[in-house]
Amino acid sequence: MRIVVLLKYVPDISSDRRFAEGRIVRDPAEGSLNELDENAVEAALRLVEAAPDAETSHVVAVTVAPETADIVLRKAFQMGVHRGIRVSDDALAGSDYFGTTAALAAAVRRLGEEEPVDLVVTGMAALDGLGSVVPALLADELGWPQLTLATSVALDGSTLTITRESDDVVETLSAPLPAVLSVSDAANSPRYPNFKLIMAARTKPVETWDAADLELDPADVGAAGARTATVEAAARPPRPETELVVDKGEGGTALADFLIRNDLV
Amino acid sequence: MTRPTVLVLLDSPESAVTEVRSPVLELLTIARSLGRVDVVTLGAPSVEVLATLGAYGAQAVHQATLPTTLPPQAHHVTAVLASVLVAAVRRTDADVLLVPSSFAGKEAAAVAAARLGAGFVADASGVAWSEEGAPLRVAKRVFAGTWDTVSTVATDPAVVSVRANSVAATPADAPTHPEVEALPVIVAAPAVTVVTREVKQRTAGRPPLEEAAVVVAGGRGTGGDFGPVEDLADALGAAVGATRDAAFEGWFDSYIGQTGVTVAPRVYIGAGVSGAPHHRGGMQASQVVVAVNNDPEAPIFEISDFAVVGDLAHVLPQAAAAIRAHKAQA
Ligand SMILES: Cc1cc2nc3c(=O)[nH]c(=O)nc-3n(C[C@H](O)[C@H](O)[C@H](O)COP(=O)(O)OP(=O)(O)OC[C@H]3O[C@@H](n4cnc5c(N)ncnc54)[C@H](O)[C@@H]3O)c2cc1C
Repeated sequence: MRIVVLLKYVPDISSDRRFAEGRIVRDPAEGSLNELDENAVEAALRLVEAAPDAETSHVVAVTVAPETADIVLRKAFQMGVHRGIRVSDDALAGSDYFGTTAALAAAVRRLGEEEPVDLVVTGMAALDGLGSVVPALLADELGWPQLTLATSVALDGSTLTITRESDDVVETLSAPLPAVLSVSDAANSPRYPNFKLIMAARTKPVETWDAADLELDPADVGAAGARTATVEAAARPPRPETELVVDKGEGGTALADFLIRNDLV
Repeated sequence: MTRPTVLVLLDSPESAVTEVRSPVLELLTIARSLGRVDVVTLGAPSVEVLATLGAYGAQAVHQATLPTTLPPQAHHVTAVLASVLVAAVRRTDADVLLVPSSFAGKEAAAVAAARLGAGFVADASGVAWSEEGAPLRVAKRVFAGTWDTVSTVATDPAVVSVRANSVAATPADAPTHPEVEALPVIVAAPAVTVVTREVKQRTAGRPPLEEAAVVVAGGRGTGGDFGPVEDLADALGAAVGATRDAAFEGWFDSYIGQTGVTVAPRVYIGAGVSGAPHHRGGMQASQVVVAVNNDPEAPIFEISDFAVVGDLAHVLPQAAAAIRAHKAQA
């Protein structure tokens, strides 16, 4: 069993996130592994650990990001991921959903040429953009079935079955491998890094690939291939000072008055 | 450009379409401001649905006819819905495709855009033509509602998913009488098997969370008793939501936040909610934020317009009573 897990480097959720020149500012000190991708790593590790050929099974982590993002691969190594690849190229900067998908699909294909890939696992969303569409796009691009937003995952032979709850539908879906799986934070609890792996992760090599290694056409990726462009970005004005009432018996009435006074009832 | 055509997805979790939900009414309102409005749907629309679509200015309704070999459960699989969208865009020669920003809507729209070679913006809060005509300008609120961005889409067609409560839904000045036209769609059986599929029943008398104009959310501070939260919601005609922690405790079924439902109502009221970043991500774009929390240091106060430091078990019922009294007078 061979699983590829996709990791995203995102601005820290509690940092002061911002834009400059139409792009998200990625300050190395403030970025971290997209939290939901820890659930993806956990799901991938559990599947290979339970595989009949667990001895030879492994998980490969792939991230498309600049060099500063190696911390996300280190984190994956600490959890037990076997191999880490960073796809970095100036030509990839400014990629939209489609450019990103093209790069990820090319990386999965290249790995597949070395040795078949059984499954690609991702988090259900990246906590910066929250688009939640790359897993579906990747599946369509690879021509593989997609099982997205999973809250539970079970593998029986080469049939993967998930349950999920999205919008107002509760579903059980299944598909044969190879497939693309995205997991929600309800799917599992990510393990804590263990000491041995933390030590080993420090020196574990990160492989790097560029656009040429993946035979990506520069016209399809990055700002050159983007079909949308961010032309304006502005921080919203801060909310006016909070009107704070300490409840001394009339707090509920004050709340109702606020709503009535502002025509919100 | 001659008068542009805008295609709107009328989505429904059921196979018969018996209601037009408010996010779709909002899409129709946006679509009318952009050009001629066509509608695409999987299921057969009822007479009432057709009348509503007419009231909102739809010119034609394209109902997909899928191969009979395809089980109805499979109609909602992303790959199939994407094929329907692609066929409808080609049939109508649409310049813009608008879908509601549900998970299902976004996935299908993105895949359709990929197959059409079209640009795609997810979770828009507004759509308009540039003054000079094309390109399409799409507004979006990002980073938990702390930044506003505008993107242009360079392709024709442009594909956009729009968040609920982005505009006020308003009927057209002059109603239309759209006819249903069959839209043949050729698809191979999807590789995904739908083993079970269950549409959740909506709580009668309460608007669904993702569509509501007013939302009351309960957190751990409820201690498991959502009574006061539901009481205030009922007084306001609001939807009820929870934090993930409250939902994982089993106190309420749907939660607001980055991995839950995203809401951007006119009013959000958080009771016993601390305001963790993950929760904020799903509600911070609300127009007015009200909080009730007994801890004066609760982070939610930083983003509140109005806040009560107090016990929700006391504050909420009192507020509910005052609102009912006000409504009775009006
Ligand atoms: C990857 C990931 C994704 C997540 N996604 C989400 C998400 O989508 N949505 C989400 O909500 N959370 C999410 N979380 C969890 C989130 O980080 C917080 O743990 C959660 O939002 C806290 O819920 P809470 O406010 O109900 O509880 P707490 O943080 O425990 O806050 C309870 C509040 O109630 C107050 N209180 C107690 N008693 C009373 C009373 N009698 N009257 C008034 N106030 C009272 C307390 O002062 C406190 O402020 C996620 C976490 C992770 C790691």
